Amino acid sequence: MSIVTETITNTITGPADSIRARFQVNYSGFELNVDLNLPGRGITALFGHSGSGKTTCLRCIAGLEQATDGYLDINGELWQDTAAGIFIPTHKRALGYVFQEASLFPHLSVKRNLEYGMRRVATNVRKVPWDRVMKLLGISHLLDRMPNRLSGGERQRVGIARALLTSPRLLLMDEPLAALDLKRKNEILPYLERLHDELDIPILYISHSPDEVARLADHIVLLDQGKVIAEGGLQETMARLDLPMAFTENAGVVIAARIAEHDDVYHLTRLEFSGGSVLVARRPEPIGQPLRFRIHARDISLATSRAEDTSIANLVPATTKEIVEADTPAHVLVKLELGNTPLIARITRRSCDQLKIVPGMQLWAQVKAVALLDQ
Amino acid sequence: MHLSELDVAAIWLTLELATLTTALLLCIGTPIAWWLARTRSFLKGPIGAVVALPLVLPPTVLGFYLLVFMGPNGPAGQLTQALGLGTLPFTFTGLVIGSVFYSMPFVVQPLQNAFEAIGDRPLEVAATLRANAWDCFFTIVLPLARPGIITASILGFAHTVGEFGIVLMIGGNIPGRTRTISVQIFNHVEAMEFTQAHWLAGGMVFFSFFVLLALYSSRRLKPGLS
Repeated sequence: MSIVTETITNTITGPADSIRARFQVNYSGFELNVDLNLPGRGITALFGHSGSGKTTCLRCIAGLEQATDGYLDINGELWQDTAAGIFIPTHKRALGYVFQEASLFPHLSVKRNLEYGMRRVATNVRKVPWDRVMKLLGISHLLDRMPNRLSGGERQRVGIARALLTSPRLLLMDEPLAALDLKRKNEILPYLERLHDELDIPILYISHSPDEVARLADHIVLLDQGKVIAEGGLQETMARLDLPMAFTENAGVVIAARIAEHDDVYHLTRLEFSGGSVLVARRPEPIGQPLRFRIHARDISLATSRAEDTSIANLVPATTKEIVEADTPAHVLVKLELGNTPLIARITRRSCDQLKIVPGMQLWAQVKAVALLDQ
Repeated sequence: MHLSELDVAAIWLTLELATLTTALLLCIGTPIAWWLARTRSFLKGPIGAVVALPLVLPPTVLGFYLLVFMGPNGPAGQLTQALGLGTLPFTFTGLVIGSVFYSMPFVVQPLQNAFEAIGDRPLEVAATLRANAWDCFFTIVLPLARPGIITASILGFAHTVGEFGIVLMIGGNIPGRTRTISVQIFNHVEAMEFTQAHWLAGGMVFFSFFVLLALYSSRRLKPGLS
């Protein structure tokens, strides 16, 4: 994923281009104990079940919740250090917060909502231009409306724009799509992708939807019961077999590819990635366009030789790396590698034994379905 | 019209009293209501109960204690005398003070409800948009609480207009200074002047009806975020 380098906030380069967040929160019946070192750019997804502490973690970063013990450094700017008695109140932190419900002020028009935060930021700190945000989120035609005259998707876009217009050094998004139906979600996702590609503002994004994470995130933090159980680049983390994520129906990998060629005779498009390529139904995007797709472990079958008599179009040679127990006793998960791109296959234990699959073995992976992450 | 000069004076005095009391109560009641709506202190219960006392106490009880408190031997009376202001019972100022206590719950409770209905979220949103607490209070809380403020004003005003017992206790019955409509009606009835009593009493019925009508029509406005 490339980040277009038309930087808007490039004056902000702290000693370290990173976010350091350490929080300890103890409520009766809930404990959050995290120590995160996150990249200071791109989208980082906080992923986990409800009750895993994602929202508490985000609220601590925003200063809406004060951790008993905490340390927070955003690209070189200290926002909290309990040991030194430092706690910058929320309204003095250069952050943008997008809540699950857009939370627009009902007594103010869209324009006045958008201006609310912007006006409270000194002119020389305003780095995100008004026109750019209007275009990025497609809301210039809504300015005169009152919030109750907007659809859910429009409201959320205005909420995102309102946060962006304060020129935040960090954008926090708490499941911004959770309150929307699938149609509205799909309406808003492209705008979020553009945010990622066009603005150089680090985003912390809470989600419990693997598809959303796969589509948007560069970096992922897995939380469970208030603790970090895994953290790392999206592709590597999604392909790890030691995480509970692997033990679900939806286990699989995310692959970042680009459009390599279009076949107009058969109406197919070839997507190329490091280590191989796959064919999918004809895509509208131009050649060279980056695209992410997901391959579910249940959609891969394995063969010891290249099958010629099959209708499956995507056959890729891969090396077996690892075999582990799957979610049911009948299945195993096989981790493979195509060059440096990982793949996971979920096959029956019986097939595994019959094919005598062992680590290091060369296999043919038959990919039954490729889920492009924009549908 | 069958209104005497004294009747007209009573009407004006009542309106003056109610306006002043409502204005004072909005100033005093807003911070109290805000505190009651936001606090997690154990004092929330006791203070809420004290504010609500006039709802259940006979006005004569409240009037009696205020009389004692502001009288020549009461602490407030000693203070006002030391300041050279004399004593407050049987003056218009004393009446205003009594009315403020008497109508307090009618202003504080609607305000408190309105503030509570707003919830935490708008305050949090405003904070993430760089608004400090005061800024947020004036630009978000007060506009969102507008229906509650209107209700509080109407109820505070109307309730002050309708007070009787407490006026009699600490105001006495001094024409032009402490004689309000309700006391004047009482005077008319005592003197068997039923026609005059009718004019004032009927006027009060109309007034109260239209006040309540205005109140219920304003209930369309609801606080909360969209």
